[in-house]
Amino acid sequence: MADTLDRRAPVTRPISPHLQIYRLPLTLVMSGLHRITGFVLYFGMLLVCWWFLAAAQGPNAYAKFQWFAGSIIGQIVILGYTWSLIHHTLGGIRHLIWDTGRGFGPQEREWLAAATIIGSLALTFVVALIGYLAMGGSR
Amino acid sequence: MSGITPDSAPKHFRTALAKVRGRGAAKSGTGDFWMQRMTSVAGVPLTIMAIVIGIFLLGRNQAAAAQILGSPLVGIIMLLFVICTVVHMKIGMQEIVVDYVPDESTKLTLLLANTFFCWSVGVISVYALLKLSFGL
Repeated sequence: MADTLDRRAPVTRPISPHLQIYRLPLTLVMSGLHRITGFVLYFGMLLVCWWFLAAAQGPNAYAKFQWFAGSIIGQIVILGYTWSLIHHTLGGIRHLIWDTGRGFGPQEREWLAAATIIGSLALTFVVALIGYLAMGGSR
Repeated sequence: MSGITPDSAPKHFRTALAKVRGRGAAKSGTGDFWMQRMTSVAGVPLTIMAIVIGIFLLGRNQAAAAQILGSPLVGIIMLLFVICTVVHMKIGMQEIVVDYVPDESTKLTLLLANTFFCWSVGVISVYALLKLSFGL
């Protein structure tokens, strides 16, 4: 029975509509980004852990961390981590609003999705700008 | 194999429901769900404070960073941030693994790795923060 069915149904045929069938609504993209930023933050915690440990270990260890944080790759990683953190936090607030049973209306959910991405990009820009100025502008 | 017959096709006709019926509730079904909500509520203010502290520490040398991270208020905020985050990310990664990994042995390996990773990152961070506070 199972064998007959296996031969009749080609593996490649879509069995039910999936991602490739739909247009990508903003709410879907934000749902995906929430999970992706969470995944990124998971490994980003290694960076935070290294930072604390380096500060606890002494000047040499901290200098190594600062060297990485000041490098091009380090700057990109820190910027990515910061945006992920802010985006995931705003996305989390959106989920908490939904947990109260509010914000599910057609306009509300679009508005919340837009607010999440616009808010995260704007706040990351502000944080990065403050960080840039705190580091003494263009060194 | 991945057509319409799943790898875990049952060898018998008892449904999953029939097997658990009469055994009572597991009593812990919403534990992770509730913990994820609690840590996300706590995570909002803690994350904001952690970012502010992070900006404040930018460009400072080790002595200054150690002094600030070792001060009572900052130290306690960072400890709470780490513990809250580690609990939250363990449940989150667990959810990702059970969503995307159908193979039982791979899934169990990843769930084990997830637990080890979160405990390690959490304990190392807490150790470093306590060392900064108490100079052990």
